[in-house]
Amino acid sequence: MTPEEQNFMRKIENEEKIEPKDWMPEEYRKNLIRQISQHAHSEVIGMQPEGNWITRAPSLRRKAVLLSKVQDEAGHGLYLYSACETLGISRSEMIEQLQTGKAKYSSIFNYPTLTWADVGAIGWLVDGAAIVNQVSLQRTSYGPYSRGMIRICKEESFHQRQGYEAMLALAKGSPDQKAMAQDALNRFYWPALMMFGPHDSESAHSQKSMEWKIKRETNDDLRQKFVDQTVKQIEVLGLEHPDKNIKWNEERGHYDSSDLNWDEFWSVIAGNGHCNRQRIEHHVAAHDEGEWVRDAITAYNEKKRVKKAQNAA
Amino acid sequence: MTKVTEKLELFEVFVRSKRGLDHKHVGSLHAEDHEQALEYARDCYTRRSEGVSIWVVKSNDICSSQEDDADCFYDPSDDKPYRHATYYVLPDPVNNM
Repeated sequence: MTPEEQNFMRKIENEEKIEPKDWMPEEYRKNLIRQISQHAHSEVIGMQPEGNWITRAPSLRRKAVLLSKVQDEAGHGLYLYSACETLGISRSEMIEQLQTGKAKYSSIFNYPTLTWADVGAIGWLVDGAAIVNQVSLQRTSYGPYSRGMIRICKEESFHQRQGYEAMLALAKGSPDQKAMAQDALNRFYWPALMMFGPHDSESAHSQKSMEWKIKRETNDDLRQKFVDQTVKQIEVLGLEHPDKNIKWNEERGHYDSSDLNWDEFWSVIAGNGHCNRQRIEHHVAAHDEGEWVRDAITAYNEKKRVKKAQNAA
Repeated sequence: MTKVTEKLELFEVFVRSKRGLDHKHVGSLHAEDHEQALEYARDCYTRRSEGVSIWVVKSNDICSSQEDDADCFYDPSDDKPYRHATYYVLPDPVNNM
């Protein structure tokens, strides 16, 4: 190892954070850019399935809450893009990678939101799973990412609670409403578990990421945490658990559960989910339609600059 | 006679006490330029290993909101209690989410 590498590894081993101007291995930088930009893209694309329901939420209160949540997601995207930019990649490069499919986003957002209950299920399960992951990432070794995660986790708790509250209202409502809640749970439970990524043995980037403390816990450990915490939540709703094999294992101190449909997982990642094409097309269209706004900002700044220069002369 | 501090620019000093933490504002000082401000800040604010990194920013470059305007500046958020986690009342067994 070179002295630079030794110094870098010493910091990692001592639980010190790596900061933007520190020397870091090129692979560490690349790994971070891939993970943080994917995380940012997920926040941004994640606005679409929920945005679909803002105008149709069942009350003014629910509309306001949902609007606030989606607004938060945009903010989280911004924190993460900014953290990623400290690694030397530009915002426009990242957007291009998203739009050309070179960069991924969480496959959960390729599932459609068919009913109002889906919005509740997303807040409760999808944000719930994201929180499990993000709490762990608060201890990631890259300073700007870690600080972004701490901020995001603080804001995210409301997302899960509003989702659960909406599910509770349906689950305790009419038989039709309860059926709608059960259907949303059945559809979103499995993809939520897939959010933690493939089994550790199949995960291409996991080992190096763990070594460098970019990731602090493995995919399977985080998934287990989520499985465990969700059992009680389903029980309180009075709904049926979608996994018929869920069973407390005294010896492990965890719930045993069914394996996931990994063919579905890889197929959605490969671009064949229900909404993959629609999500990117929508992003491209929104980006193109917004071009005049970005142009106007640049033009206005230029106008101000010229004026200032003239006044100074 | 012009005082030297009037000729020198004012800088705000931010110190990161430990890797991974935010830079925190610790005070200000006069200096001729950024380089000098960094050295002064080191001598002035980190004599007892208070920091691992220092930022200096010209005070004039800081654009700040006015506390007197706080009421109307933050007004758009005041009527949105639903942005807080505590707004949602959940049954006890699941209230830790």
